Amino acid sequence: MLRVIVRRLLQLVVTLIALSALIFIWLRNLPGGPVEALLGERATPERRALLIKALGYDQPILVQYGKFMQRVVTGDFGNSIRSGDPVTEVLSRAFPATIELAVAAMIIAVGLGVPLGYLAARWRGRSLDNLTIAGTLLGISIPIFFLGYLLKDFFTQNIHWFPPSGRLTTGLDNTDVTGFFVLDGLLTREFDASADALWHLILPAITLATIPLAVIVRITRASVLDVLNEDYVRTAEAKGLRNRTIRGRHILRNALLPVVTTIGLQTGALLSGAVLTEKVYNWGGIGTLITDSISGGRDYPVLQAIILLAALVFVVVNLLVDLSYAFIDPRVRVR
Amino acid sequence: MQVRRLKTAVALAAVAALAVGAAGCAESERDGDSGEAKTGGTFIFAGAGDPKNFDPIFNDDGESFRPVRQMFDTLVSHKPGTAELQGGLAETWEHDPEGKVWTFKLRQGVKFHDGTPFNAAAVCFNFDRWYNMKGAAAQSQMIYYMDVFGGFAKNENPDAGKPIYNKCEAKDDGTAIVTLNQYKGAFPGAFALTSLSIASPEALKKFDADTVKQNGDSFEYSAFATTNPVGTGPFTFGGWDKAKNEITLNRNADYFGEKAKVDKMIIKIIKDESTRKQELKAGTVQGIDFPAPADRKALEGEGFQVINRPAFNILYLGLNQKNPKLKDLRVRQAIAYALNRQQLVQTKGPGGAKVADQFMPDTVLGYAPDVQKYEYNPEKAKQLLKDAGAEGLTLNFYYPPDVSRPYMPNPQEIFTVLANDLQAVGIKVNGVPRPWNGGFKDDVQQFGKHDLHILGWTGDYNDPGNFVGTFFGRGKVEFGDQSMTEMFDAIAKADGTVDDAGKKAAWEQVNRDIAAKWLPAVPVWHAPPAIVVTKDVKGLVASPLTDERFNTVSVTK
Repeated sequence: MLRVIVRRLLQLVVTLIALSALIFIWLRNLPGGPVEALLGERATPERRALLIKALGYDQPILVQYGKFMQRVVTGDFGNSIRSGDPVTEVLSRAFPATIELAVAAMIIAVGLGVPLGYLAARWRGRSLDNLTIAGTLLGISIPIFFLGYLLKDFFTQNIHWFPPSGRLTTGLDNTDVTGFFVLDGLLTREFDASADALWHLILPAITLATIPLAVIVRITRASVLDVLNEDYVRTAEAKGLRNRTIRGRHILRNALLPVVTTIGLQTGALLSGAVLTEKVYNWGGIGTLITDSISGGRDYPVLQAIILLAALVFVVVNLLVDLSYAFIDPRVRVR
Repeated sequence: MQVRRLKTAVALAAVAALAVGAAGCAESERDGDSGEAKTGGTFIFAGAGDPKNFDPIFNDDGESFRPVRQMFDTLVSHKPGTAELQGGLAETWEHDPEGKVWTFKLRQGVKFHDGTPFNAAAVCFNFDRWYNMKGAAAQSQMIYYMDVFGGFAKNENPDAGKPIYNKCEAKDDGTAIVTLNQYKGAFPGAFALTSLSIASPEALKKFDADTVKQNGDSFEYSAFATTNPVGTGPFTFGGWDKAKNEITLNRNADYFGEKAKVDKMIIKIIKDESTRKQELKAGTVQGIDFPAPADRKALEGEGFQVINRPAFNILYLGLNQKNPKLKDLRVRQAIAYALNRQQLVQTKGPGGAKVADQFMPDTVLGYAPDVQKYEYNPEKAKQLLKDAGAEGLTLNFYYPPDVSRPYMPNPQEIFTVLANDLQAVGIKVNGVPRPWNGGFKDDVQQFGKHDLHILGWTGDYNDPGNFVGTFFGRGKVEFGDQSMTEMFDAIAKADGTVDDAGKKAAWEQVNRDIAAKWLPAVPVWHAPPAIVVTKDVKGLVASPLTDERFNTVSVTK
């Protein structure tokens, strides 16, 4: 077992090094670059040359990569080219915003999706079921950015129920403790800030929740329908158990297994949806950071750190899954 | 009303009764303003991007200058709403006949935000600081200093030039004498550059302002630049909350000039243009900059104040003489005659735009009313092409579809109209759309891959050299021909002329010759960039240089 873990860890290191080299070279070969963004419209060839030299972009790419790796192994991802802030600080500011949005979206998706899927299955073929199927089809197929703009236009410009963007009303004083504004308001008893953060959160969360909601409804419905036909449900009914017991213990509990797996998968998918949602609502999370770092002048250090960290998480999760297989299935260990 | 109801409902669901009360309080504060104009309150303006930092000398872009301009003053400033010079921290200034020794009579009784006095020693400290700046990293960030003063006491990079600054002497508290190694036409206008704002020497020292550390491929600025900028301006620095994207500026009650009407100004950074517009409509910000031309009428119709700044910019069609056909003046003139610029202005120009016949606005010294004008004449264009043996000419036309600039708010539409005009006289146009920071600037200004391109400029200060000198003062890849020495020499001579009358005559002749003899590009239009504020904002004076100060602004509800 230990050999398996060591081998996989070594593979992990090799994978990350290869990935970091690919990212490094790819980013530096994209058209445009930070020099243009830093110098703005006043860039003359002399100024450009000066800055290129100062930034070390005139050195061979392998030398640049070597210097980059030297810093990364000490945990130093450098500073944002645009703001000069350490990349770790930039990321730690953006991360809570994305997590807050993703959690809110998942609460909506699961809180609505599971009951709706269950009800649709119970009343199969009736109006609610038909409506649910049509609704989920729409939810899955509508592009997130389009829905975002649509919702934003209607709710913020036509009926003015929600604010168009941001995480808090401009100028509202709040104490930033964790970076999760709703939570911070509760912790510091600044309840108006908490309510305000929630008010700003609703529309982006609904937008982001659309796809997972639709998927969860459909999976729950299908799963409940499967379970409804199981012998043990019929047996439970024949035994004369109360409906509530049958629903809760026998149907829902069994039907939820694939739903939980789906929720796990959808949580990962939320992050890609967050890029678009955050852009629409000027949210200020990782998604906004990615788009700003690309369009706002190729902020190499920030982009490298985000991509590397995402890759690291992905690779580590894969490793853990593989290791868990090894625990569960002895044959994997032998292989 | 609906907003409040929903907000209250949300609060109830989330944090129960206490939250409702608190939210209600917040609302009642917002609703409690009287309908009369008053001093106080908060003015919220939407910025389009993050400032780089707040040390004026290390900045060169509009988003950084917006907050910096509120906190700092320059020796010379501009009369509100114009590009004309007036006293700033210096009440008057004069120079010797050679234009090398500049004497500034300074305002008395002015204090920096940290309470230290502003005087000639502070002025000299700033000039000496710029001149003696050490480190390649720091020097590479001083874009405007390099533009104006050429080089440093010790150039850390061989590409830097010979310094124009020589020394600064504090004759007494109220008199600073700046000596230059040579005269330059940029003066005195350049003394009004936001980059050359005067900062508190004490704060510069205390917060280690000169230290710009390089970490990998980025720069780390000092505490002065990031959290403790100290100037003399009408607002003091309140903070930059990066999680909320808000820069807060507080009213400076001790400001020597017109004190700010509002207690606080917040610059809310919203990078998406349509979101800025939506925030304006929702009333959550009270001002936005550079609305799309297509939105202006609608915004006016909805009751917003769309204020056109006097145009202090130029859009031009660049002609790359690397293409042998374009080296022929007749072909370049044919292109100029082929363009129906009047129609372009009427159909695609922002309100108030006008056709340009030279590369500077008519408010700049040296504008020549009698330059050769290329009125729309497709027949003449065809004839010139025939005479030059350039019939059936094919040209690659580069344009950046992804940006909006004050002088070029709608590049795609401008390209389409110009390309149609050229095709109408038999020139085949290959449109090459390239992202601004993903090929356009590299291909046009570094590699010269194009034949034609659209680009422009907003003036920094009222000086012909800042327009014509910037474009045509030396060989540039953008225009292809590095050997137009006659033009470069004429521009250098005009720029080095000290007396006003001689300077005016020299620049007028340059403008005439550019239009008739050299024609390295075709001037297209001067487009007034707009700034939009809600109807409850009063007192905003829009600047042709887009360098507004918001101390005159009040907000009524």
